[in-house]
Amino acid sequence: MTETTAKICAGDIRSASRLIRDLEDRIPEARPRLKQLFQYTGKSFIIGITGAPGAGKSTLTDALITEFRKQNKTVGVLAVDPTSPFSGGAILGDRVRMLKHAEDEGVFIRSLATRGALGGLSQAAGDAIHVMEAMGKNVILVETVGIGQQELDIIHHAHSVIVVLVPGMGDEIQTMKAGIMEIADVFAINKADRPGAKQLQTELTGLLAASPLTPGAWKPPIVSIGNLYEPAAFAEQTAELARKISDHHAHLLASGQLSHRMERQALIEISDALKSCILDPLLRELTDSGELKRIAQKVKNREADPYTEAEALARRFLKSGEK
Amino acid sequence: MYFSDETQKKSRRLTEKWQDEVQETLKSNPDRKDRFSTVSDLDIKRLYTPEDLKDVDFARNIGAPGEFPYLRGNQVTGYRGRHWTFRMFSGMGSARDTNARWHMLLREGQTGLSTAFDFPTLMGYDSDSPKALGEVGKCGVAIDTLEDFLELIDGIPLDQVTTSMTINPPATILWAMYCAAADIKGVPLAKIGGTIQNDMLKEFIAQKTFMCPPEPSIKLISDTVEFGAKYVPRWNTISISGYHIREAGATAIQELAFTLRDGIEYVEDVIRRKKMDVDDFAPRLSFFFNSHIDFFEEVCKLRAARRIWAKIMRDRFGAKNPRSLWMRFHTQTAGCSLTAQQPYNNIIRTTVEALAAVMGGTQSLHTNSLDEVFCLPSEHAVEVALRTQQILAEETGVVNTIDPLAGSYFVESLTNEIEEKTWEYIEKIDAMGGMIAAIEKGFPQMEIADAAYKFQRQIENKEKIMVGVNKYVTEAQHAVPLMEIDEKMGEEQIKRVQDVRRKRDNHAVKQSLTDIRTACKSGANVMPCCIEAVKNLATQQEICDVYREVYGEYRDPGLY
Amino acid sequence: MVAKPGLDGHDRGARILARCFRDAGFEVIYTGCHQTPEQVAAAAIQEDVDLVGLSCLSGAHRILFPRVVELLKEKNASDITVIGGGIIPEQDFQMLYDAGIKAIFTPGASLDSIVDWIRASIQTRDEHH
Repeated sequence: MTETTAKICAGDIRSASRLIRDLEDRIPEARPRLKQLFQYTGKSFIIGITGAPGAGKSTLTDALITEFRKQNKTVGVLAVDPTSPFSGGAILGDRVRMLKHAEDEGVFIRSLATRGALGGLSQAAGDAIHVMEAMGKNVILVETVGIGQQELDIIHHAHSVIVVLVPGMGDEIQTMKAGIMEIADVFAINKADRPGAKQLQTELTGLLAASPLTPGAWKPPIVSIGNLYEPAAFAEQTAELARKISDHHAHLLASGQLSHRMERQALIEISDALKSCILDPLLRELTDSGELKRIAQKVKNREADPYTEAEALARRFLKSGEK
Repeated sequence: MYFSDETQKKSRRLTEKWQDEVQETLKSNPDRKDRFSTVSDLDIKRLYTPEDLKDVDFARNIGAPGEFPYLRGNQVTGYRGRHWTFRMFSGMGSARDTNARWHMLLREGQTGLSTAFDFPTLMGYDSDSPKALGEVGKCGVAIDTLEDFLELIDGIPLDQVTTSMTINPPATILWAMYCAAADIKGVPLAKIGGTIQNDMLKEFIAQKTFMCPPEPSIKLISDTVEFGAKYVPRWNTISISGYHIREAGATAIQELAFTLRDGIEYVEDVIRRKKMDVDDFAPRLSFFFNSHIDFFEEVCKLRAARRIWAKIMRDRFGAKNPRSLWMRFHTQTAGCSLTAQQPYNNIIRTTVEALAAVMGGTQSLHTNSLDEVFCLPSEHAVEVALRTQQILAEETGVVNTIDPLAGSYFVESLTNEIEEKTWEYIEKIDAMGGMIAAIEKGFPQMEIADAAYKFQRQIENKEKIMVGVNKYVTEAQHAVPLMEIDEKMGEEQIKRVQDVRRKRDNHAVKQSLTDIRTACKSGANVMPCCIEAVKNLATQQEICDVYREVYGEYRDPGLY
Repeated sequence: MVAKPGLDGHDRGARILARCFRDAGFEVIYTGCHQTPEQVAAAAIQEDVDLVGLSCLSGAHRILFPRVVELLKEKNASDITVIGGGIIPEQDFQMLYDAGIKAIFTPGASLDSIVDWIRASIQTRDEHH
């Protein structure tokens, strides 16, 4: 066991944090460190929380942290925020809503920017989750905005997925990507004291009833959470949400589904890793040499088609053993 | 119609001729820049003429002082009857230090008191709270108990001087201390006068000294309005504020619109919650505006404020008492317009801003000191700031006549434009379901953040100029003697509050806090219990902790 | 990271800086106001930031800014650069520099100057390797 591995497994925040960052930045030394850690991962319960912007996910995440801490579980949180497509920068502000846990040694909160459409978000998120797993976090909450395909892909790293909806946000069920409805394991209707909450609940119940159920399958429950400023009721409702999530986890274990999901997760990680070690260096080389641009010009002018070009490149690079 | 058809026609002809000559001139002498706008980025035309006022109805839109819509002022005799109150916001270190500064200011001709508290007090923490680390006495006076408060007002005749207190979440408590102090000094509550800022909506929007969530915060405010209407009739229980909204980066119109809409929210709550008639309390509502560096924009904003509020009171709330329709306001010159570079220039800025406030008809005025970009004002700096007001009042002649800028084509036109755009915002917020709903959606906060960022960008690219900062910059340093608050003061204050806790009747304190808790839970008016509690020397944090416990704490949504 | 330690809630400058840094291509952790120095340090380490920008307008900078530097040192995170801004009189600058604050930007400092300072002073990851 290397020093870094030992430190991270012991829960050292500084080393863990540095490794997450190095992985995100694709520093060459980082991947080998993750390889060493990998055997110590796979023991955490990973919960994905997604929903449209403004749905109040961070507030719910904050409440869930409280619930899990009550059960003496250690918690890791990954909060994903979009990078500005104009400047490449980002303001990552989800922490603001989780302030009271800032000094709790048992909670590790980490923000992640999406860093643009070139991909790699899923892998960066997966890497961060693995580091947190190696730290020994019992529960890992991954919070992401469910509107981009990349952001949705992150959710496949999770064992249980919570979709947060808010009344009065228009035809949100329709506007949100269809994929979300299929992957939700628990629905949370947040700010349920607002007008339209009842309709939303009815609509959602109807949609769920309409979808075919296989015997023994999990029926996604709907939990309503009201005004944050009615502390007693809010605490009770978020405790209910935590319970439903735990119920799902228990279901996953009992039905063998967890194993199935972890396999799915492994497939995604292998695929991401392949992309990362085959496609990325390839694209980088082509970009650096200017060849990609030349090819793009040819395709634009219809002097070539993208399919033939890709096949030629594949033959060239794969044959030569290029990594 | 404001001008006769004849005049309009003549004006149109002359304007057209002038336009042609302008075009000619521009060919060889272009304007200095493409666009001329106010500091809030409102476009200003090269010339205003009678045509700009063609839809104005003199009696309905302009009128006379003391008559609806009060555009030209609430009082029929204006400043000839009485100057605005020279009310310098001040507070520093200990109650004793502040008391000394207060006496100095009164000696130098200030006519009203205004209290600046330190951050722990503003946020409802005692001086020995871990959260108060490094903050005690630094930006205002530290008040933990009634003992401190009595020292603060030592030698001040409470039946002759009015006192304003800039305090928000703990407003009930500081006001309770004032009332208790009056009682101890033998001054009946019916005789004391002053203001508590007590405006929580603007805290959620801009200033961010918050404690409890919006709903219960407004309940506490309505408690003070009710208590004041019954027992302290000369007290202004809310100072509905735009100053801070402007300082946070809002435009003049946003400042005005959000302030007035906050006012509407408070009035609605008092009527609904306390079942009071609007005329029973509206005369004691007061406002607080910023006076920024763009002279005419500010004058017009303040005039528009009066007219809009009068309409709101009469038409939306059906107020009958003329005093309910009066908008009475205090003004402070804009802190955010002052520069750290070449600080003596700030005297000029404050002077122009003060003049705008006076031309806008303010009832009360605070002028910033030149060194407030660095720290609390030194004695010399605050003296200059006070003299600024006195020179305006005594030497410049602007007070000789009421609302002297009325009738100006520019001023009346800009006043109308500001009013129109303000109504748009008010209607927008109405459509969102009111101010609390708008705050939950983050609407005013984001409007302000966008405006602040836009202005900063305009400064960066020199579209807007700040002398000494992005133009006429010098390397030379202009040293300004700065005031320091001794760290020892904080330590002494901590000892004081701990002493008080030791020697008071802790049993009585516990009982009072329980009474407050009961009042909070039952929805009863908290003021009587507060007064009792402060008399028993409960600390202001102890009472605030009860509020926090019963009502919960507000969570900053952290919008950027 | 842009943080406001202490009780001061005047965040106009802090928010403008957050946006400005985003527009300059940085990733900014914005923590909002009312942070204790402990919260600031904990967040800075969890996020592994290169720089912490502290804003304070209440006069409490003399105690709070050095405290953040101290806490970072205690947790072996002295490599995180700390800069400050707000209402800070010049006579306090030296004391803050001595306490480990690397730069102070007071009212009137242009956004560009701050971004330039950061670009010049913080080694980017590419330069490490």
